[in-house]
Amino acid sequence: MLNLDGLEMIAVLVVMGLFIKVLEQFGLFEPVGGEDSIEDDFELSTVCHRPEGLDKLQEQSKFTKKELQVLYRGFKNECPSGVVNEETFKLIYSQFFPQGDSSTYAHFLFEAFDTNKNGSVSFEDFVAGLNIILRGSINDRLNWAFNLYDLNKDGCITKEEMLDIMKSIYDMMGNYTYPCMQDDAPREHVENFFQKMDRNKDGVVTIDEFIESCQKDENIMQSMQLFENVI
Amino acid sequence: MAAGVAAWLPFARAAAIGWMPVANCPMPVAPRDHSKRQDELIILNVSGRRFQTWRTTLDRYPDTLLGSSEKEFFYNEEAKEYFFDRDPEAFRSVLNFYRTGKLHYPRAECIQAYDEELSFFGIIPEIIGDCCYEEYKDRKRENAERLQDDQEDKKDFKPPNMTFRETIWRAFENPHTSTMALVFYYVTGFFIAISVLTNVVETVPCGSTSQKDISCGQRYTVAFFCMDTACVMIFTVEYLLRLFAAPSRYLFMRSVMSIIDVVAIFPYYIGLVMTDNEDVSGAFVTLRVFRVFRIFKFSRHSQGLRILGYTLKSCASELGFLLFSLTMAIIIFATVMFYAEKGSSSTKFTSIPASFWYTIVTMTTLGYGDMVPKTIAGKIFGSICSLSGVLVIALPVPVIVSNFSRIYHQNQRADKRRAQKKARLARIRIAKKGSSNAYLQTKRNGLLNELLDLTASEEEQQHLNKTKSLLESQHHHLLHCLEKTTGHDFVDEQLFEQNCLEGALQPYRSRTPSTSSLEGMTGTCCSRRTKRSVPLPIANAPASHAHPLALTHTLPKSPGLQELSAINIQCAEKQIHSSSRSNLNMQTNEVDRRNCKQQKVTTAIISIQTANTGSPAEDGGHGLPNRGASVVTTTSSNIIKVSAL
Repeated sequence: MLNLDGLEMIAVLVVMGLFIKVLEQFGLFEPVGGEDSIEDDFELSTVCHRPEGLDKLQEQSKFTKKELQVLYRGFKNECPSGVVNEETFKLIYSQFFPQGDSSTYAHFLFEAFDTNKNGSVSFEDFVAGLNIILRGSINDRLNWAFNLYDLNKDGCITKEEMLDIMKSIYDMMGNYTYPCMQDDAPREHVENFFQKMDRNKDGVVTIDEFIESCQKDENIMQSMQLFENVI
Repeated sequence: MAAGVAAWLPFARAAAIGWMPVANCPMPVAPRDHSKRQDELIILNVSGRRFQTWRTTLDRYPDTLLGSSEKEFFYNEEAKEYFFDRDPEAFRSVLNFYRTGKLHYPRAECIQAYDEELSFFGIIPEIIGDCCYEEYKDRKRENAERLQDDQEDKKDFKPPNMTFRETIWRAFENPHTSTMALVFYYVTGFFIAISVLTNVVETVPCGSTSQKDISCGQRYTVAFFCMDTACVMIFTVEYLLRLFAAPSRYLFMRSVMSIIDVVAIFPYYIGLVMTDNEDVSGAFVTLRVFRVFRIFKFSRHSQGLRILGYTLKSCASELGFLLFSLTMAIIIFATVMFYAEKGSSSTKFTSIPASFWYTIVTMTTLGYGDMVPKTIAGKIFGSICSLSGVLVIALPVPVIVSNFSRIYHQNQRADKRRAQKKARLARIRIAKKGSSNAYLQTKRNGLLNELLDLTASEEEQQHLNKTKSLLESQHHHLLHCLEKTTGHDFVDEQLFEQNCLEGALQPYRSRTPSTSSLEGMTGTCCSRRTKRSVPLPIANAPASHAHPLALTHTLPKSPGLQELSAINIQCAEKQIHSSSRSNLNMQTNEVDRRNCKQQKVTTAIISIQTANTGSPAEDGGHGLPNRGASVVTTTSSNIIKVSAL
């Protein structure tokens, strides 16, 4: 065999390495495990969802044809694929609240709209939700609000859930407020809320307690009518 | 707020219902949409191309033209559409901005045109999307450079009063401004060449008297010394003059060119000071090397050299990278080669620094062959070294080349623009002159119209009226009003100069104007004038018409003045009119040519003061006779006075 010293060995190894690289270039020598890198980039992101016909939607909701048309045009403009995923939803919602961080509240909203829990909101979900909020009875609206607060959808609102909601709402305000935002403002707010709503003082608010207390409160009833004419 | 999400505002408002039960305070009243109009399509007619969009789309950006009530100014009642007299291509991107919320810059569009469109529609260019923003900024920068170049060229205009110092500085910086400067420029260039040549020839061996060869410099010491002295004299004088004329001496002394100048002439003086002392002769020889820097003085004479220097300066980072990577590679390979060759006997690779030489020679593919590896490992690594050398050097070179190309083309463009500038300025000047000539011509025509009103037929009048558009007539009316306001008249340059000359000679006329008495006097002054005006080249139409001279005199016309004028028609065979408007005026000439039987017809403006002017305004009186003055004698010495009374 060749009598190679250390450096010569290294030289020979280097030459062999270069040779392998050259072969790779010609495609004659496939290194191991190179196949799956190509496929990863190709995401099937072109899912397109079409809503049901305009007539059907009109039957299901209390919107007029024109209103549905306007709604859909706005929806489709922002989400050409026909569904909104949570990221897009958060992005859209954050445009309306530039001062603060609205991502948490947007997340809760998304959960409330996404009734079939598949991670995306289609136009029908959208319309269904808006139908309740804008064209439903006061009770329906209160139900919907309760559904929003009840994060784990178990039928009652605990203090922690309420605290999360409250914090997310206060987050939307941002830092620059008058008077200065205290750290315990959400907590105080939650205490007030529970004092008002929790009849039997058991630490949770059920749907009946909620509706009952709201119906007694003039302000709340008044404000429920506020967004009647949004569309 | 972006456009798309504006459509989601109803949703966001609806979602606010989630806050209601937890609200502490009562809610404010919601705004009512009083208009209650359904979303409607509006038509935007841009130069004939109709775009349609929803009204709410446009309402997304209320601080732009289309989003605000400003578009009502463009509403066309009959067609029930908004009409904009703008470019439809650029409008496409404007409208897309409303639709998608992103403003794109179409690459085919000229940057200035696009900017104007944006500013018309009230859109700030900063909101151009990221995709197109870089391109937009690049084009804008190029345009700004071009404008800056033009600005700098304007500075070439010689300001009327320059001190001696400024004149000299200007002569040095732009040799083309005066002949003296050009001569000096070429002389210095010649002497630089001579000096460099002398330095070179000095070292050539020319003949051997004793055993060894002696160079020409040692043989003809005196001659070379004289040449050197002469060159250095010129350079010194030039440097001192520049120093004197420089607007900021401190800045000048710090500039590169002046340092080169100093370095070029210094060795001579040092050589004068030092004698042939043996100990300092080594230093003396070193100083002689600096004489070669005179060749850099050529960069003032050659633009290409300057570009090269500028390129190298601007590629400093690339050059630095090249140097750094080369150094790294040299050290690596030198180390490897040294250890590879350590084993072999009588090797030239005695140390790592000694191997540097081999590495550099190999990497730059020089390959002198004075150091060659003998071991196998050495040969392998040596070959890898040469391959990698090619790569390392080849990488930064395209960057430098492209930089050079860009700067060079920029320079070419600047030169081209400068050359075209003369033509451009000439065009602008002609256009301006055409406009002012048109006015002067119209004044005569206007006066002519009054004359023809009295005498001529309908058709001629109509013909004359056709030649003037409404715009022109309004413009001329405006100029006329200005004349009346200030009491002075517009004239063209040549006559103005003539009048300036003759202003002193012009005696004041008598107050009583009578045509007979006028004749004699006016004959002298005006004939003199016209005689001077006749040989003038007919570049401007009015030059051939001597009448403006009548208008040079101030005339606040007294009301009763009746002016009769006729056109001085110089129907020369060829009149080279520089602008089309003067061609229009040509037509009027031809009209009247019918009236003249002769080739050269001169007519006179005779102003006759009517009887009912009680108060001869002094100026009027003064002005009058001069007005009546234009009895023009032509070379044909045929004076035809057309007076209509």
